[in-house]
Amino acid sequence: MIKSWVLIAVGLLSGGIAAAEEGDMVLQHSGADINNVESLQRGARNFMNYCSGCHSLKYLRYNRMGTDLHIPDAELKKNLMFTTDKVFDTVNIAMAQSDAVAWFGKQPPDLSLIARERGTDYIYSYLKGYYVDHTRIWGANNLYLPNTAMPDVLASLQGLQKPVFKNEPDANNSAKMVLVDVELMSPGALKPEEYDQFVRDIANFLDYAGEPIKAKRQSLGVFVTLFLLVLFVFAYLLKKEYWKDVH
Amino acid sequence: MALAPESIVPGKGLIGWIDQRFPLTKLWKDQVAEYYAPKNFNFWYYFGVLSLVVLANQLITGIFLTMNYKPSSAEAFASVEYIMRDVEWGWLIRYMHSTGASAFFIVIYLHMFRALLYGSARKPRELIWIFGCLIFLLLMAEAFMGYVLPWGNMSYWGAQVIVSLFSSIPVIGGGLVEWIRGDYYIADATLNRFFALHVAALPLALVFLVIAHLMALHEVGSNNPDGIEIKKHKGADGHPLDGIPFHPYYTTKDLVGIVGFLLLFCGVIFFVPTFGGLFLESPNFEPANPLQTPPHIAPVWYFTPFYAMLRAVPSFAGTQVWGVMVMGAAVLILFLVPWLDKSPVKSIRYKGPMYKIALAIFVVSFFALAVCGLKPPAGIYPTLAKVCTVLYFLFFILMPIYTKFDKTKPVPERVTGHD
Repeated sequence: MIKSWVLIAVGLLSGGIAAAEEGDMVLQHSGADINNVESLQRGARNFMNYCSGCHSLKYLRYNRMGTDLHIPDAELKKNLMFTTDKVFDTVNIAMAQSDAVAWFGKQPPDLSLIARERGTDYIYSYLKGYYVDHTRIWGANNLYLPNTAMPDVLASLQGLQKPVFKNEPDANNSAKMVLVDVELMSPGALKPEEYDQFVRDIANFLDYAGEPIKAKRQSLGVFVTLFLLVLFVFAYLLKKEYWKDVH
Repeated sequence: MALAPESIVPGKGLIGWIDQRFPLTKLWKDQVAEYYAPKNFNFWYYFGVLSLVVLANQLITGIFLTMNYKPSSAEAFASVEYIMRDVEWGWLIRYMHSTGASAFFIVIYLHMFRALLYGSARKPRELIWIFGCLIFLLLMAEAFMGYVLPWGNMSYWGAQVIVSLFSSIPVIGGGLVEWIRGDYYIADATLNRFFALHVAALPLALVFLVIAHLMALHEVGSNNPDGIEIKKHKGADGHPLDGIPFHPYYTTKDLVGIVGFLLLFCGVIFFVPTFGGLFLESPNFEPANPLQTPPHIAPVWYFTPFYAMLRAVPSFAGTQVWGVMVMGAAVLILFLVPWLDKSPVKSIRYKGPMYKIALAIFVVSFFALAVCGLKPPAGIYPTLAKVCTVLYFLFFILMPIYTKFDKTKPVPERVTGHD
């Protein structure tokens, strides 16, 4: 037991453990704007309708979201709450963990803090990165998270994408197909720009869900800074007044 | 600065009543109103008082965090999110505390650098410096344990790596690590004891040492950018000619520095509380997961210079203990600074080119080590870390030689002007 921890420590020190499953594609810029309330409202709608069947937001309360995004309780209950009728509840899912593991191989992660962990660009890119891959159990794979466990749930909106490969010589100088991009194969219900906006709104909403105070924090910061600037001037004048008699 | 007995005339009213029973006025006069400080303090002399400001910030915000935080592996992570979302102004209190941790190291590092600039550790201030080094050492322990408390995945794996270091100690290593963790891995018991140490034992010891640091300072008097003793020239009133009472002169001057600092501090809190993943790291927004390591484990930025030194030392004779020893020595060697500097002058203003070059190389190596510690050990970084580790130690080891043979300029009798 102790030996194994030593080995781990030594391993971490000498090399660091790299998570091999991460994709290393350059992320697309999401353009999410936390101050755009309409985008956040659309994001909430998109999330509750397309994501919240499997993904919880266990730290976000419905009525907190309602207050911050200007959505009245009645609207919340009618349009956005599918698993509870108590507005002070947090966003939970009905799917049992054992079912989730049986169906997907793992429980779909809670997304309360995904934007804080990975950033909005990752969410935006990920939701645009699906392509058809018949070797996968759900027939879909992802450019930004290779061998993702999640099916391509937005395919009806985005349409189906196919992978784009490039020939690149590998270390042994033999040709190797490398996945570099995806492109639209058959259109979905939304035009590409509409789909971009659709997932941008989700990314934006998850940014909000990660830190509901974010927009208020920034606007408050402006006043704090202005106050301190004024205080700085007076503090400086006070110092100057007292130090007049130091020679 | 003990006052002559006749100068303490018991006053009237409440203050007089207290003074007959407790040295309130005497303390105020000795430590503040009649503590004579050199009049030529410059920019670098703000960082002492700023450390006090940050310490107070950490203590006060810490108390309020403790009211809502749950020190158990099952609840810790969620309780931090509870503070961020459901506790009134909890987000502000938490950001003040998390930003305060980084700010603490920034001001402390600059405060220590000031001592290297102006020879503040030199006789008769050796004990002030030693208290300061002890504060630095305790602060590292305090910060490390505080970092574990949110129980994010980086907290968990950071603790795993750091605590495992002790296992490299021959013979007792394994048992020692088990004893520190209170379990066979970083677990609930570990979190609980780290919490106890973080909120009670270490802050208590820190406050005690800070008081000792200040008492020693006020006993011998402050150094200054010229590195000369102001007590050598006293006026008819017995006060140093180049000294001014701490209050009101330095209270008003420090207020300017404090507000300036708060502008930057609040700028981080309100606009960039994670500071691009340096002050709050993104993998820490994922709960601790013993089965999955973060993509790249790095300590928080303020530990990275020492972490880089740890990694820079290769395993030898089948053990990693050498790296641990080098890391420990990097901190312990600081204690010797008052005796390593053999220069006849204290301040860099009157020291020669050798000290200036040595200090510049030291600062560059320290920054480079900080970068090396943040990056995965690949490419140029392992070599860079090795070179900089050597340079870091050479600054101290060669100090007796280069300070002795360095050319110095004549030191003036009196301090040279003020801001």
